[in-house]
Amino acid sequence: MVSPLLATTSSVDALTFAIAAVVVLSGAVGVVVARNPVHSALMLVMTLFGVAVLFVEQQANFLAAVQVIVYAGAIVVLFLFVIMFLGVDREESLEKEPLRAQRPLAGGLIVLGLAGLLLMGFGAHWSVGAKSIAGPSRNQPGGDVSALGKSVFTTYLFAFEITSALLVIAVVGAVVLARRPGGALGGSDRDADEPDTSGDGVTSGDGVTSGDADTPGDTAETEGVSP
Amino acid sequence: MSLGGAWYLGLAAVVFSIGALGLLVRRNVLVMFMCVELMLNAANLTFVTFSRMLNDIGGQALVFFTLVVAAAEVVVGLGIVVAIFRRRRNATADDFHIMRG
Repeated sequence: MVSPLLATTSSVDALTFAIAAVVVLSGAVGVVVARNPVHSALMLVMTLFGVAVLFVEQQANFLAAVQVIVYAGAIVVLFLFVIMFLGVDREESLEKEPLRAQRPLAGGLIVLGLAGLLLMGFGAHWSVGAKSIAGPSRNQPGGDVSALGKSVFTTYLFAFEITSALLVIAVVGAVVLARRPGGALGGSDRDADEPDTSGDGVTSGDGVTSGDADTPGDTAETEGVSP
Repeated sequence: MSLGGAWYLGLAAVVFSIGALGLLVRRNVLVMFMCVELMLNAANLTFVTFSRMLNDIGGQALVFFTLVVAAAEVVVGLGIVVAIFRRRRNATADDFHIMRG
């Protein structure tokens, strides 16, 4: 590989990369500038599909499939579910900005960081270093699925097992967070094992249905609880 | 031989920057989470690119684990959002000061 930019490449690959890059970038910009959170989520799906195409182009077929299934199929659906559940799917004005200097400061910071990153990447040649001598090779008989499966269940077995613990912790944490403040999940058992949240009597009192009774007065009431 | 890896790395850097910018300027917590997902995806793209350039499957294995961490992070983060929304009827980052102990 003489130069990273001018490697031997076919025009089909270049065209695929160009289209996928446009899709990815427009989706990323759309996530940031969309006023409606639902539109942001849909733009995120677009970006994820573009990244999946880029994965396929780099012979990471299994990861492309997982990307579409897990990200677009599960994570974005979870986002949309929460958006619909909370009812925040309305336009928000992006013009109103409480901190006046935040946007120029953030923009300048990001531009500076990106310029530094790109200059560092293209100035030095660390990005095209020597071939790996430590890890398992990518070109094994059976393709990337076989190689990935073999390395996950041999070299990275401990990390893989730790992953299961992480998922269990996340599930337990989500259940704990989703509990009603004063009682059990269904709201039928109101033994109030957490007496310090006494200000939430109105919230937990309306039972299984969603807490429509939360008035601004209730909010002011719960504010006093936090020590 | 497909396209040179530097194109992918540059694209990933730009996507990461867009995600970081969105994280800094947006107030809606859900949109901020989506920007975090953008940054994670840029990192994944970098991992896959290096995996191809260095001929090492470890990069792809790491992407596999990153996906798991992203899923767990979204689950817990959205749980926190729902729990706070239940009290404050709002989902902007300014409302998260009630989390201080």
